[in-house]
Amino acid sequence: MIDIENWDWEPGKKDIADLDKIRGQFGRVDEFTVSPDGEKFAAAGKLEDDTFTASVNGENWPDPVELLWYLRYIPDGRLIGLGRIDDQWTLLEDGKPWEERFEYLWNPKISANGKSIAAMYKRDNKYGIILNGKPWEQGFQAMRHYDISPDGEHTAATIQTEALKEADIFGFFEGVWSIAVDGKPWATKFVNTWSPAFNHDGKSVAAEARTDICDYTVAIDSVTWSGVYGCVWKPIFRPGTNSVVAPVREEGKWILAEDGKRIWENRFNQLWRVRFSPDGKRVAAIASPVFGRWTIAVDDKVWDVTFGDMVQEPVFSPDGGKVAALVKNDGKWSVAVDGLPWGEWFEMVWNPVFSPNGENVLAKAERDGKYLIVANGKLPAKSYDMLWDPVFSPDGQRILLRYVEDGKYHRQVVPAHEVFA
Amino acid sequence: MEELVEKKVVDAGLDETIKKLTPQRIKEVVNRVLTRENAARLQVYLDTCVHCGLCAEACHTYLSRDNDPRFSPVGKVKETLWELVKRKGNVEPEFIRNMARIAFTECGVCRRCSMYCPFGIDIAYLLLVVRRICSLLGVVPQYLQDTTNSHAATSNQMWVNQDEWIDTLQWQEEEAQFELPSARIPLEKEGADVMYSVIAPEPKILAQLLANMAIIFKVAGEDWTMPATDGWDNSNMAMYSGDFEIMGRVEKLHWETAARLKVKKIVMGECGHAFRGAVYDGPRWLGWQFPPIPMVHAIEYYYDILSTGKIKIKEKYKEPITVQDPCNTVRGRGLGDKLRYIMNTICEDFRDMEPRFEHNYCCMAGGGTINCGPPWKRSRMVSNKVKAEQLKETGAHVVCTPCHNCHSGIEDIIGHYNLGLHVKFISELLIETMEIPEELKV
Repeated sequence: MIDIENWDWEPGKKDIADLDKIRGQFGRVDEFTVSPDGEKFAAAGKLEDDTFTASVNGENWPDPVELLWYLRYIPDGRLIGLGRIDDQWTLLEDGKPWEERFEYLWNPKISANGKSIAAMYKRDNKYGIILNGKPWEQGFQAMRHYDISPDGEHTAATIQTEALKEADIFGFFEGVWSIAVDGKPWATKFVNTWSPAFNHDGKSVAAEARTDICDYTVAIDSVTWSGVYGCVWKPIFRPGTNSVVAPVREEGKWILAEDGKRIWENRFNQLWRVRFSPDGKRVAAIASPVFGRWTIAVDDKVWDVTFGDMVQEPVFSPDGGKVAALVKNDGKWSVAVDGLPWGEWFEMVWNPVFSPNGENVLAKAERDGKYLIVANGKLPAKSYDMLWDPVFSPDGQRILLRYVEDGKYHRQVVPAHEVFA
Repeated sequence: MEELVEKKVVDAGLDETIKKLTPQRIKEVVNRVLTRENAARLQVYLDTCVHCGLCAEACHTYLSRDNDPRFSPVGKVKETLWELVKRKGNVEPEFIRNMARIAFTECGVCRRCSMYCPFGIDIAYLLLVVRRICSLLGVVPQYLQDTTNSHAATSNQMWVNQDEWIDTLQWQEEEAQFELPSARIPLEKEGADVMYSVIAPEPKILAQLLANMAIIFKVAGEDWTMPATDGWDNSNMAMYSGDFEIMGRVEKLHWETAARLKVKKIVMGECGHAFRGAVYDGPRWLGWQFPPIPMVHAIEYYYDILSTGKIKIKEKYKEPITVQDPCNTVRGRGLGDKLRYIMNTICEDFRDMEPRFEHNYCCMAGGGTINCGPPWKRSRMVSNKVKAEQLKETGAHVVCTPCHNCHSGIEDIIGHYNLGLHVKFISELLIETMEIPEELKV
């Protein structure tokens, strides 16, 4: 979050926008988006001349474009969107287009510190990444996944290094996929690479690598682990270090490995979505201890409770003391914290949000077509027509609610003790 | 009558790859698959089969090839898996080539034969074990392997680039709006009720089907979305080439994409093998007993919107029409009654096939066979003789195929046997016949 201390944290409610008024201005209005501080409410709209603009609190961006989509607020409060101008694509920040134009531009990502914006582009039949308005110097035959470093200074992507003729299965298995960092390809090519991920200072990149039909490993800065596995999933760096952790499959079971060595005793039917606590001392992942049952494993200890449908990635509290996850059983969703599921189940639940001290958990949930904020598993008195994730004030004493009720978008700050009463 | 003695088909995926095989490598892979990957189930099936041959009459390949026992299900197992087991993997590269030819191009893993086996042995599973061995040895028909390579590199089966995918959806949204101005293809709409997923031929060569769905969803009042990232393709030819690791990777991304978009269910287009991959084989390889998010096939979805009146038929389709029961949704899922409800609701002159429902003959395109590509087309057509006769006997002018593989395979059959039929998806029939409320036309 950027500048969160300076948001308006005074308890009270603001009426920000009237949805009917916005809809009345356009022939078509796309999905609404809300700024992190809740002060702005926006949507892409189609004007009478078939051009598009963004409506922000009822005011339009002055310069319409041919097409506008993927309108999103980013953590520092800028509103971005992908726009087509003169049949070329660019990214718009608060209505101002980047100078660069592309045959196509898509999949914007924001760095963890919230400062940098990257996106994938196609130009002259080559693919690359643009970071803060500056494209890579070199384009590639094809590109699929990319990552942006936490400090927002670097980007890395899976790239196809050379063209193959149609159905060239032999060329494919010789290896034409690699990773490019800031536009410079690694020296090593693989049959496939997936899911590049930066370390904390943006100087190293890890990725899944496939070296033969059924040989998988992890590559870091183009060098692979010595071990070869039956399969691997996305590797990540331990925070603040250059150690890499990844789930790997050995003899039909999944284990957790760090720098090529097994670090957990447990072997699983499935193991993925590894996450570290902010200090890097604790590690958790989604695990399936037996076929058809899912749970969370933390530091090699498996929660006692398992779920039949699905478990989503673990979320650590800011102090690393607790772990929460979305869980689904018998077709309904809930939240489990440290292995204890809430008693209430919903049609949908959004990612749990910890209070700064880690003691409380909020989550947006959907029930009977209405949206509500669930606090430590307890149902609130109110529900809303639309709702965005709740935000804790830095001291944890206040909570920002962003919602639509009776056709109007509101921003409301409430004391935390009222929500958790 | 087709010539039964065929020339050897040239396929680099088989001919060139076997040159690299060594006896040691073959034995190692065979024993890995037979003893470590498939031990219990495989052994039960092998021990249970009494070699009675009752499965033969079930197989369209056998029936189409003048009841030649080599093409019966048990004959195919005899020439492949039984030999591997008996010889403990001590077989020569040419044996592996023949094994690949049989498993990939002469069996569509349609599972009709299981219904004729007195013990219910899943004979198609045995042929999939053979394919698994071939895949690990790298001996897979070239075009099928290329499709799997596409899945591995792009998460879709036709090398569709990400920009092409999004651009096609935006183009088809505009196309839909020519017919229905209020139609949309909402991209990346988190919290929509439905994620609609399709197979790669739709954006690549049949893009108008996407516009059709934008219109159908609009009229049905559906809250839906499509991803603007990889994970949109629900197809899975890796399942059929025997590359289960890539199969699992593709399905994982499909489910994770639906979970990321916070949808309550996935509605999928008219494809049969994709349903099998997404509902059965994929989730189970990954560790799910059932799909983590409900998966609704197009047949079920159309049945729902027609039977609840969300979509009404303005004027029924008049041409004599029959319907193909896709193996993976009718034999595999029991959607035959719903399919007939749809046909009778939309069409004035529906003429059923014989045999029908779960006893219907396979189109011999699914199961990865059509993906083996042009080199094997003639062989596939020979194996389709009974299917061609079955189609002809309906007297229909049109055949509805709620499956992409059936659609392409039956188009080939119609051309090869000069049947003079036309092929349509259900969505195309709906677009022609459904009522569009006046208030949506502005």
